[in-house]
Amino acid sequence: MSFRSAVVTFPGSNCDRDMAVALEQIAGSAPLRVWHGDADLPERLDFIALPGGFSYGDYLRCGAMAAQSPIMRAVVREAARGVPVLGVCNGFQVLTETGLLPGALMRNAQLTFICREVPLTVENSQSLFTAGYEAGQTIRLPVAHHEGNYFADAATLDRLEDEGRVAFRYGDEVNGSQRRIAGVLNQAGNVLGMMPHPERAIEEAHGSTDGRALFESAVRSLVFV
Amino acid sequence: MKVRIHISLKPGVLDPQGRAVHHALEGLGFEGIEDVRVGRLIELEVAADTSDAALDEMCRKLLANQVIENYRIEKPSFDKLRMSGEVQ
Repeated sequence: MSFRSAVVTFPGSNCDRDMAVALEQIAGSAPLRVWHGDADLPERLDFIALPGGFSYGDYLRCGAMAAQSPIMRAVVREAARGVPVLGVCNGFQVLTETGLLPGALMRNAQLTFICREVPLTVENSQSLFTAGYEAGQTIRLPVAHHEGNYFADAATLDRLEDEGRVAFRYGDEVNGSQRRIAGVLNQAGNVLGMMPHPERAIEEAHGSTDGRALFESAVRSLVFV
Repeated sequence: MKVRIHISLKPGVLDPQGRAVHHALEGLGFEGIEDVRVGRLIELEVAADTSDAALDEMCRKLLANQVIENYRIEKPSFDKLRMSGEVQ
């Protein structure tokens, strides 16, 4: 049985191809490509990826317009059924705007676009996305964003911490994120949003291969479930 | 009818943009500025019978992100509408 994944492309997405290449290399089957205006996703998906970029030119707020697109209604429906959904960078912003994940991503505290590799701590290695890492492990992934400053009120942050829903934390100060949060899970654990780009760290030539384990975890979780 | 939606960051939410503008104003020599916060103004041209509830829903569903933002809906006063001829 092959791994059936889909990569959603919005107008202004620019990491959709990288995401598709990573999924194909690691899962062994090319993901289906879905357009923002599609009303439905392909059936029986094992994995949905929302890529990075600047969907709809970041108009209004990053991810706000994409969250209202027809395909996102289908993504919300599938997420509720338990289908794994990964949102990277702009994809994370879209997930918060749809309400699938709590919080919001604001302008970086230093107001600059940040494009570099950063150290991350894996906080939760129990999720279907992070089972291939060790809890507390330090990994290196690239970030490239202007709006990655994670904000949620203190009660929400406490709940995320208590429920083990902080997946990744920046190893040092990057963008002003509350409690250095770099990636969060939904309550059911099947939706992950993160600012760093695992799909840009899968080959030696990328400078890091630490992103591979995330996709490998997702593929393995399907095989063993 | 013209409706203005004022969107502002909630108190307590750090506004790096406002802070940068604050520093820039001080750099220009302006004194006594205690705080600067940058918001957004959205002007809507809507049918005169658009309900407050509908306007509120527009704000909640799209125009403002209530995790970080507050909104205020400003409608033209009845007197201004009468003067402009939009209502009798």
